[in-house]
Amino acid sequence: METHLSILLILAGSVLHGLSGVPGLWMSSRSATGQRIALLLSLCGSLLGLTGAAMGLLGYGANIVTLPWSLFGESITVSVDGLSAFFLVPVFLMGGLGAVYGLGYWPQAANPANGQMLRLFWGLAIMGMSWLLIARHAGFFLFGWEIMALSAFFLVSTESHLPDVRHAGWIYLATTHAGTLALFALFAVFHRITGSFALRPIAFDEAHLGMLTVLFFLALFGFGLKAGMMPLHFWLPAAHASAPSHVSALMSGVLIKMGIYGLIRFIGFLPEPPASWGVIVLASGCISGVFGVALALGQHDIKRLLAYHSVENIGIMLMGFGLALIGRTLGNPLWVALGLAGCLLHVWNHGLFKALLFLSAGAVVHATHTRQLDRWGGLAKRMPYTAFFFLIGAAAICGLPPLNGFVSEWFIYLGLLHTAQQAHNGWTSVALAAPILALIGALALACFVKAYGVMFLGSPRSIELSTVQEAPLSMRTPMLVLAVGCILIGLAPMLIVPALEVALRAWNPAPSIPFPGLLASMAPLSSISLFGLALAAGGLISFFLLSRLLKRRGIERTITWSCGYAAPTARMQYTASSFAHTILGLFRWALRPRIHYPSTKPLFTGSARFETHQDEPILDRQILPIARFVKQSFLEFRPLHQGFTHHYLIYVLVAVIALFIWTMPIHRLIERLFSR
Amino acid sequence: MRDIFIHIALLLGMPPLLLGVINKTKALFAGRKGPPLLQPYYDLFKLTRKHVVISEVTTWVFTAAPVITLTALLIAGILVPQGPFRAPLGFTGDLILFAYLLGLGRFFTTTAALDTGSAFEGMGAAREATFACMSEPALFFALLVLAKMSGSLVLGDLLHAPLVTTGWEAEAAPLVLVAVGLFILLLAENCRIPVDDPNTHLELTMIHEVMVLDHSGPLLGLVLYGAAIKLFVLSSVFLHIVAPFQSGRAGLDWLAFVGEMLGVAVAIGVVESVMARLQMRHVNYLLIAAILFCGFGFVLLVR
Repeated sequence: METHLSILLILAGSVLHGLSGVPGLWMSSRSATGQRIALLLSLCGSLLGLTGAAMGLLGYGANIVTLPWSLFGESITVSVDGLSAFFLVPVFLMGGLGAVYGLGYWPQAANPANGQMLRLFWGLAIMGMSWLLIARHAGFFLFGWEIMALSAFFLVSTESHLPDVRHAGWIYLATTHAGTLALFALFAVFHRITGSFALRPIAFDEAHLGMLTVLFFLALFGFGLKAGMMPLHFWLPAAHASAPSHVSALMSGVLIKMGIYGLIRFIGFLPEPPASWGVIVLASGCISGVFGVALALGQHDIKRLLAYHSVENIGIMLMGFGLALIGRTLGNPLWVALGLAGCLLHVWNHGLFKALLFLSAGAVVHATHTRQLDRWGGLAKRMPYTAFFFLIGAAAICGLPPLNGFVSEWFIYLGLLHTAQQAHNGWTSVALAAPILALIGALALACFVKAYGVMFLGSPRSIELSTVQEAPLSMRTPMLVLAVGCILIGLAPMLIVPALEVALRAWNPAPSIPFPGLLASMAPLSSISLFGLALAAGGLISFFLLSRLLKRRGIERTITWSCGYAAPTARMQYTASSFAHTILGLFRWALRPRIHYPSTKPLFTGSARFETHQDEPILDRQILPIARFVKQSFLEFRPLHQGFTHHYLIYVLVAVIALFIWTMPIHRLIERLFSR
Repeated sequence: MRDIFIHIALLLGMPPLLLGVINKTKALFAGRKGPPLLQPYYDLFKLTRKHVVISEVTTWVFTAAPVITLTALLIAGILVPQGPFRAPLGFTGDLILFAYLLGLGRFFTTTAALDTGSAFEGMGAAREATFACMSEPALFFALLVLAKMSGSLVLGDLLHAPLVTTGWEAEAAPLVLVAVGLFILLLAENCRIPVDDPNTHLELTMIHEVMVLDHSGPLLGLVLYGAAIKLFVLSSVFLHIVAPFQSGRAGLDWLAFVGEMLGVAVAIGVVESVMARLQMRHVNYLLIAAILFCGFGFVLLVR
């Protein structure tokens, strides 16, 4: 009974989201009524959906329910087990929060041309994601997947009058369809093995390893493309940068996680995975992590920077999942529990802090009308709340205690360090991922110190600070909710453990591995909580005491000390480019940034320019040149294409005659000629 | 209980003395008399009573950073055992917390530097963040070696691995490599020569000193005290590898620990006296050498 209730709630919530944009289509394009209706429907939908997901996380939705729907054969099957419910929470959370944010960020009155379309596809994307998450039938899964993917295309190309946006949209569309193609192949093979489209674990004796390997690589390609795993991440930066900020938050925080969900779910179906799969996933996680953050450091556009950090965080999730896969092969429940728990918790955490960062960056973009880091500076004085929220998000994404990013990375570290200890037959080398994770953390820290410092601190570089206004309440409220989530999970991670254990049990393909209580016993989260509270309390109290002391003593304010230079200007500040210059130098062999140094040849030089530009290494250096080459090669055929009907009729005639000749038994003719 | 009190008392009280010993050693090498050993304490006391001047560009982050950094470092200091004694607190996986507490301190120190909008402080912040990208992997390699050796993920037990180890022959070589790597880390993280020169306050060659140019009065005192605590904590980590001795009598062991700490300070002073600061672009090589030392230590252990 409860299963039905939880599925009903989620279906109702998703349909409410899906319909939320529809009434607005009939309203005047300048009236705010449509947006208010959409907001109301979205919030109701999110409330219902979150309730349903919460029931699923309490373990009430695991039974498989058959719904009659003739579109996919006779019926489809759905279920809300722990894993689905775990991924549903960020979907519905962000669905509601984004609608609130849109009220201030993308008001209908200011965007009559595309506001209605944005809200329609926003709701549809949420609906598609929640459907694919509850689907236990391949057809229904793909149905939800495509609704999500196509809605995201329309969301990305909201501002389709801009050429850059159209370009990003097309690349996204082509990429997502390449991924869907792989998924079609995946399900076709799946159907061939199991004989049905029902999504269920493949039994041990149903398929041999070659077939399973094909399935594994198809899943890795199809889902990895959506997740933005390196080197399949190339569509992601442009798409995230071009979309409106709350859409970027949805895509980065929630939508790309559907790829992670797909990987976890489908690889879980494959019996007896060889250890090499886990190593492949772990290695691609390391590559995504390191190069994702290295590319982020080279960006000048805040939204591209955040987008590359999504690649990095997907890498961290894959590291956890790879560890879990290795543990599953070797029959080590501890590695499975810690790796998968870290991966899943990072899905939530990244959904919280990355959405928070995109929303607060969006507020800044909204207030200053630029996305270039090096134009900003000193915004914390005009936008104190936004600055504070960005700081919380920045500290969380760097994995610093006492915030949520630390907890999930801590799980993964713990799992990786355990591999060093329980080394049986050479698996110690898995532990080498721990220093790599440390490297990723240090690089992320550098990147977010740079981003926060250049945006919010110092003096404004080339914007007029007096015209900048703090974001309205409708934009600050979602940020507040997300920031509270970051702090809460960081300070009280044990609240999440029951949900994590339900999700782990739902995934656990071999029931012989005991999970209940394992996580809680292995990972002393109450200690994390204790130390987090001590850190927060110690920091707050001593900051309070210090502020009182300083206030009593009186602070003298003066200009920044510039080592005696009398006329410092804002242009002399360290910029984002200069901050990252040395670190990028360490990665120059891989990233090959384009740097134009100024010429300082004559003694008294005139004005000089210094520029750095970081190309997208896969898209700009591999895919686009190949595509251009193919296009050039096909130009050879252009003379055949004159557009006259006569010509085409001649081609038809020539082709038919050629076919006749082809089918003629010429060899008989030749035989007969020479036999006599 | 008594050991915990001594631990906390040493953690809070001893760090400035290390700076005094380093300065005295350097003075002796230079043929000077040098400032008194307790000069860092006088300086801190003087700073707490001084007037505060702050740049008008700064925000609340600037005043919050020193206290947050100090809190993080003190908590890190509680996790690290001193000598053969147990750390007051510890749990499975606290080594990660330890590393990230150092990261938290770095985050706020560098952010506060950018808060002033000064090119000099931005430069220092960029360098600090850059060098951390190489020192953190090295630290994790070192911790991996010790975790593997001790079979524990509690920092307290893990650092005591050289103390209780039985297969000394097999583990000596990795430990020597890790000790060298950790000494480089100790110098780099605390911004000592050859990475940084704590005495050059007004040149372009520095990292930590340049980041705190705009702090004054009690704020500067907090920063300097925090830096001293970081030196103390990392030195006690380093000591576990090079001097894993235990006499069995608590009083003697505490005395030995204090003596060893002063020895590390003297060693740093000697290094500072006999070496020149590296060119900034060569610091990378030094830190990558630290990664290599700790990494090869790991390879040797698991081979």
